[in-house]
Amino acid sequence: MNIITLPASLDERYFEPMVRTLEAAPEGRLLFDATHVRWADPYGMVGVLALGEVARRRGERAVFKMPDSPDVVSYMGRMGFFEHAEPIFDLNGPRPRSRHDGASDVLLEITPVNSHADVHTVVDLVNRRGLNILTSQLNYPMREAFQFSVILSEVCQNIIEHAESSGWVATQTYNWTKKVGRKVVVIAVMDLGIGFRASLAGAHAARYDHWDDGAALEAAFMHGQTRFHDPGRGQGIQQIRKYVARWGGRISIRSGTARIMDVPAWDEGVPLEKELPYLPGAQIGIVLPALVDASTSQPAAAAGRTGR
Amino acid sequence: MHSSGNVIPFSFDLSTLVQRSVASLYSHLVTRPTGRALRLGIESQIGEIGSVCLSVLDFTQVVVLDYSCADEAVAKLIQRYQLADRPADAYFVARGLGEQHRDPIDEVLIRHDLALVAEVEGEFTLLGCADELEHQAWHALQRVRLGRPEDVAVELDATAAEVGTALDRLASRRVVLRRGAPDSFCALTTLLPER
Repeated sequence: MNIITLPASLDERYFEPMVRTLEAAPEGRLLFDATHVRWADPYGMVGVLALGEVARRRGERAVFKMPDSPDVVSYMGRMGFFEHAEPIFDLNGPRPRSRHDGASDVLLEITPVNSHADVHTVVDLVNRRGLNILTSQLNYPMREAFQFSVILSEVCQNIIEHAESSGWVATQTYNWTKKVGRKVVVIAVMDLGIGFRASLAGAHAARYDHWDDGAALEAAFMHGQTRFHDPGRGQGIQQIRKYVARWGGRISIRSGTARIMDVPAWDEGVPLEKELPYLPGAQIGIVLPALVDASTSQPAAAAGRTGR
Repeated sequence: MHSSGNVIPFSFDLSTLVQRSVASLYSHLVTRPTGRALRLGIESQIGEIGSVCLSVLDFTQVVVLDYSCADEAVAKLIQRYQLADRPADAYFVARGLGEQHRDPIDEVLIRHDLALVAEVEGEFTLLGCADELEHQAWHALQRVRLGRPEDVAVELDATAAEVGTALDRLASRRVVLRRGAPDSFCALTTLLPER
């Protein structure tokens, strides 16, 4: 059996090595070994679901070996990980009996996005239980907290409008004292659909000398281009970038073999990466730091680098 | 064009209308299908009025408005009634907007080169596309309420001819109304019913 060892910190930083291992794995059954996972965030958990689904599509359900840490198992349970992992993996090891049912520490557990109705569900859930977290823990004024719902709505619609596939969304707050010096909210939205290159190819590929995943991401991310010939389209990602920049956050979009991101001053990411191991669909990660001063909506450090 | 006669004010509570127009009872104005359903509901009701009407889009009860829904429900609605072959002679004013609504509406209007009179946090303003003189002329007409370009120009550092051109452009964008004496313009907000 081919083993993919999950990192101790199951988050965006360590996602790429997992994709690389999956791509390089010879034919045969896969084991996702989560034994040593000590910490997991939405990007990491949803990312494992995506990789497991890729493995399943290759022909055989992978095995998921549970983390040793009961705290991690409990947390992943509250985030709804195992409920969504069940159709994808053969789960190996004891797991919590029931999933999260609105626990106070969860902003938005892993939620499927299959239709526009699911987007309403996401916005309703975040407004019902998330506003308090956003205003009290992250110092967001109420108006900005509502804009957080707009970000979630637009980023989820991106799946439905462009992926021709279903996906997942999850979001949670964490204390990133070491890296950012404050709390953050992490959003992960992923699908395994057609990806940006295929979505935009019909409308835009002919205008590019070299049309690849990187070019498609630049077209959508930097220039707001979509497959629709409607000036009202393509605003979603642009507006999300605007909010993320205003709040000093980071947004990355990975699609196919490329990743583009707006990198804030506190981060060390690369604005545009190409020739990554292939993964279908789109994987979006957003990190929003708590505001320093709620009255002025000031982030810690707004200056950064953009995906070009 | 209908430049005279009575203009019927008609108010749409968007929060209530979305519940009537969309199968499920959504409490937030998000997603394109919701916006589309909302627009069709408004168009249907305007069609039933059958007269020049001032349609009030009431956002008072709306908590979350995303860009996709604003594009379908507001921009495409305004756009349809800008066209020469518009289905009815409707004007629009948005009321009850909070700061969180301003950005999505402003952005989608700009994308489509449209403008809309809107009450944001209790103050009337002009959202969307308008140049500096058009903005000034629109605000001056708000103060004058009804008048000719020369009446409005008194309030501004511009000639009557310049102001007349600006008001003509605003009238073609349907954010002011030609009304009363020849060459006179009327602020849309003067036609609103008292709250």
